[in-house]
Amino acid sequence: MGFKLIPDRMGQVYVFAPFEFNISDLAPYFFTTDHPSRSYLLTNQNTISRESDLSGREYKWGFVTDVETDLAPKGLSEDIVRLISSKKGEPEWLLEWRLKAYRHWVKLAEAEAEPTWSMIDYPGIDYQDIYYYAAPKGMNEAPKSLDDVDPEMLETFEKLGIPLQERAALAGVAVDAVFDSVSVATTMEKQLGELGIIFCSFGNAVKNHPDLVKKYLGTVVPYTDNFFASLNAAVFTDGSFVYIPPGVRCPIELMTYFRINTEGSGQFERTLIIADEGAYVSYLEGCTAPFRKSSQLHAATVELIALDDSEIKYSTIQNWFPGTKDGEGGVYNFVTKRGRADKNAKISWTQVETGSAITWKYPSVILKGDNSVGEFFSVALTNNHQQADTGTKMIHIGKNTKSTIVSKGISAGKGNNTYRGQVLIMPGAENAVNHTQCDSLLIGDQCGAHTVPYIEVRNPTARLEHEASTSKVSDEQLFYLMARGLSEEEAHHMIITGWSREVFKELPFEFALEAAQLLKVSLEGAVG
Amino acid sequence: MLEIKNLHASVLDIDDSEILKGIDLKVGKGEVHAIMGPNGSGKSTLANVLMGRFDYVVTEGDVLIDGNSILKLRPDQRAHLGMFLAFQYPAEIPGVRPWQFLKAALDSKADANGEDKMSVRNFSKLFDEKIEAVGINPNLVKRSLNEGFSGGEKKRNEMLQLEVLQPSLAILDETDSGLDVDALRIVAEGVNSMRSPERSFVVVTHYQRLLNYITPDVVHILVKGKIVKTGGPELALEVEKDGYKQYMAEAEVNA
Amino acid sequence: MTTATLPAAVGKYSEAFASFAEANSDAPEWLKAVRSQAWATFSELGIPVKRRGNELWKYTDLRPLAALDFEHGIGGSVSLDEIKAAGPWDDAWDTVVVVDGVFSAELSNLQGTAGLTAGSLAEAISSGTGDIETQLASLAGREEYAFTALSTAFVDDGAYVAIADDADPATPIHVVFVTSNASGSRASYPRLLVDAGANTLAVIIETHINLAESAQLSLPVVEVFAKPGATVRHYRVQMENELSYHLGTIRVHQLDDSSFNSTTFAVGAVIARNDIHTQLDAPGASCTLHGLYMTSGTQQQDQEISTTHAKPHCTSKQFYKGILSGKSHAVFSGKVVVERDAQKSDATQKDLNLLLSRGAEIDAKPSLEIYADDVTAAHGATAGHVDRDTLFYLQSRGVDEEAAKAILIRGFAAEMLDEFKPKALYEFVERVTDERIPVLLAESDALGTA
Repeated sequence: MGFKLIPDRMGQVYVFAPFEFNISDLAPYFFTTDHPSRSYLLTNQNTISRESDLSGREYKWGFVTDVETDLAPKGLSEDIVRLISSKKGEPEWLLEWRLKAYRHWVKLAEAEAEPTWSMIDYPGIDYQDIYYYAAPKGMNEAPKSLDDVDPEMLETFEKLGIPLQERAALAGVAVDAVFDSVSVATTMEKQLGELGIIFCSFGNAVKNHPDLVKKYLGTVVPYTDNFFASLNAAVFTDGSFVYIPPGVRCPIELMTYFRINTEGSGQFERTLIIADEGAYVSYLEGCTAPFRKSSQLHAATVELIALDDSEIKYSTIQNWFPGTKDGEGGVYNFVTKRGRADKNAKISWTQVETGSAITWKYPSVILKGDNSVGEFFSVALTNNHQQADTGTKMIHIGKNTKSTIVSKGISAGKGNNTYRGQVLIMPGAENAVNHTQCDSLLIGDQCGAHTVPYIEVRNPTARLEHEASTSKVSDEQLFYLMARGLSEEEAHHMIITGWSREVFKELPFEFALEAAQLLKVSLEGAVG
Repeated sequence: MLEIKNLHASVLDIDDSEILKGIDLKVGKGEVHAIMGPNGSGKSTLANVLMGRFDYVVTEGDVLIDGNSILKLRPDQRAHLGMFLAFQYPAEIPGVRPWQFLKAALDSKADANGEDKMSVRNFSKLFDEKIEAVGINPNLVKRSLNEGFSGGEKKRNEMLQLEVLQPSLAILDETDSGLDVDALRIVAEGVNSMRSPERSFVVVTHYQRLLNYITPDVVHILVKGKIVKTGGPELALEVEKDGYKQYMAEAEVNA
Repeated sequence: MTTATLPAAVGKYSEAFASFAEANSDAPEWLKAVRSQAWATFSELGIPVKRRGNELWKYTDLRPLAALDFEHGIGGSVSLDEIKAAGPWDDAWDTVVVVDGVFSAELSNLQGTAGLTAGSLAEAISSGTGDIETQLASLAGREEYAFTALSTAFVDDGAYVAIADDADPATPIHVVFVTSNASGSRASYPRLLVDAGANTLAVIIETHINLAESAQLSLPVVEVFAKPGATVRHYRVQMENELSYHLGTIRVHQLDDSSFNSTTFAVGAVIARNDIHTQLDAPGASCTLHGLYMTSGTQQQDQEISTTHAKPHCTSKQFYKGILSGKSHAVFSGKVVVERDAQKSDATQKDLNLLLSRGAEIDAKPSLEIYADDVTAAHGATAGHVDRDTLFYLQSRGVDEEAAKAILIRGFAAEMLDEFKPKALYEFVERVTDERIPVLLAESDALGTA
């Protein structure tokens, strides 16, 4: 295919209309590792156009899709858990698992065990005032084909830059699109199936691959893990499921796009990715939500299982609705993400967190197998009244395990940004190595940047390095760039994206471009 | 081209910090002016004030480009007018590639002047030519802007930018400091090759040695914030021989 | 519904507090108010036994402490020779001795140094010396912290040190807190108040020694006021027996251009916590907080080190080193808060540990909380193995492995030991270190740093 479509979550869609838009506009945001122009020019001689300008001042993904929604009554109870399970036509064992999780969560709620150690401040969540199940009407059953999908929804994803029709589908990416509680469509399922790769909605996986689900569900994040993980286990509605068979290298990127639409609904998706021995997969995740003045709860769980010699690369661009400039509304994002790396396996988390009113997430790796590798690359941005408490856990169990943490926190406006990361070296983890680098950038004097590392060493052979720095964009840098003709805003943006480069370069190319744009849009009003 | 009228400037937010105490200067199209002076004379301040550095405030006087005052313009707007400052101490900017930075700078200028942006392909070609012309190590431009560059590498990188941006008024702020003779020659060759009836230069320097390679049309001696003497290229040789002592004494008397 | 859990171990202290309050009913009203408020705080908090979600006690299990009973108000007798043998001593120093929380005029050695008021805290309270009414318990004892609250509820005697404006006492002021060798487990609440006047230059040595053979509880509280331009050089020597609990608090309030430089030498107790907080409350104030801790057996040493930059142009440096062996455990929890107004702050944190055994555990949490944008703040913890090449080099020169290891450990500690400038003090910490190293090596089965 001669054209490469760049997925764009700005509310605009790049379309095939050659020569209107000069690729050089994107030049400042190139992040290839070598000479930035070359690789791109050789592989892509075409130009791309877009419908409108990217620089807006408001959250561009805030539109609401007008579809009829099937809602379960508000509130949480055993009956709701049973209802969700029956709507999904689940087997008895899964219902039982959900109920155990629910009962555990009730105990935690009674003991007031909602976590309070993070540096985030939010009014108490009324768990009885949330819709735990919201599905577009007629979608209780996953649609058999796109013909069964409400055109409004197809248009929604199209507007979000995620066309689902095969003819328009993103090149080199298979997509699972999740709308509120259900998976709307998964593209390229068939092509992947030929390689033995399973990429489908969680619901379909339960139906079609129950053994795999049963074998791995809850093995990395048990339903007792934490308050939000228990809640998720009880009421999760859909999500993605990936299985890569032994020795298979998944040839394309797999992507899930999450969209919250219904007001007052929570979103509780669950993702399970299994890379069998020697397999490789790169998985992307993106998310947006409409503009709402009330807050919305998102409590997701992701489990990664990397069996011996396999590799999972998991990238997230989190752009949930961050709330208004005055701090009204926005998504409360409480997410538990964890992977288990067996012998010689590698798990790499990359995240760009620009959205949500509150972010609470610590994508982690249990380095169980000898020689396993864990990585965490993060850019988290808080502007206006956003708060983020995010980081990772690297649990070294196996011998010769290695972990790398690069965290870049950007605080602007009245935002508060905390890196919280644990590196635990267990007694048996001979010769474990960790390198951690946490950098904070403050923009303006009304924000906060915090670093809270936990370095826990129980083996004397470990080697650890932890570095942290706090800085601001210096006048000297700004003047230098402006003296060459860049506006103050451009100069700020260039300095900030440059500063974030170490993380962006871990993202697939298109995602890196998008991430840079997202930073720009998210920082509008904070600089200049 | 450039006209400076009775320019007074102080450090922002600091009382009694006047550094430039009434400078008058005219640089015509195609002329090369050298501004020489001892340490602390205000020559670097002058270069930075011309470009609109945030740390200084102009308290009196005016600076005109082609007859229009530029004092109210931001540094980027001055750059769009064709001004260029080669920095004495270029800032280090992590993660930003020289290529990316220069393309953005050119694009901004094109935008501001309502011109078409250069295509990526043409820019790359130009960039490569200039890298060769300036003799900069091609590996260097793959790194972050100025980060970990040696003093000489930073200066060469400034010359690369000068070559690419093709300004109509280039101000060189002590570009010769910290350069070995080879690098000095390269800087001078760059400047000389760019001399044209349409382009003016203001070369700020402490030493005469750069002027061995770049022959100025006019030399000014700046002492204690004032121009105390103006003359031809021979003035630079005088300084080389006798130092700044006599001018400093004069400034003392005049103060 | 919430099931409230009663605060731990409050009952174990309530009777003692009641009789203490009764016996001291003639105390000044302000002091009685301080005590009862502190008691109210402690009885709400209890001994912190909950660790999950409790950042301050995440790594420290105080359940054994909460289960123990301690007697109150029993003092023993101590001889000067015992004190000299157990801690640093120099006849030239101004020395204040406090035994089981009570000032001892007999054991103290005061030289009548000009500009120095040093002696009994009880006496300072009763005669209203200086600003004691506004100072005592103003930095520690009124916050929501169980151990300063408990200690303050029982505040009675201890040491009081005031240095007059512009005074420059040439010799160190040594405050020795001794737990006597009386029978039974006792709780003591040693207290020290230091009022360093403007532009003073004072050296203060704070020593904790324990002559008892059974489990004791010591909850020392030190409050230091550094007026503008004051320079306080503080040393802390903490040596308790390995059954005892030492949960100490130091609170420092610093005004313009004052500096507080502290070095801790901590080797004692089964669980010891050294909780220092410096409040940089005026421009130009600076502090350096350094320390060396060594643990063996099942000892635990916590360094809870925090600094608040409240005003611009202040500097703070935290640097601790630990040597751990056996199944011991050490915690470094450093915290720097840079408040909104505190532009141009400069803060650094560092913690380095030498792990000598597979059973040992180090938990380091060097955290930064920053609300100002023009700040230089950095923390680092580098790590790697003790250089095996160096070990080999030493061995190749004929030094046996154990001796070579001892040399390396000693080398690791040297940087901190060198900070103990007064000669008698240096000799003491050096001697203790040299005695400890074989103990540490005996429990060692590996050599690494973290």
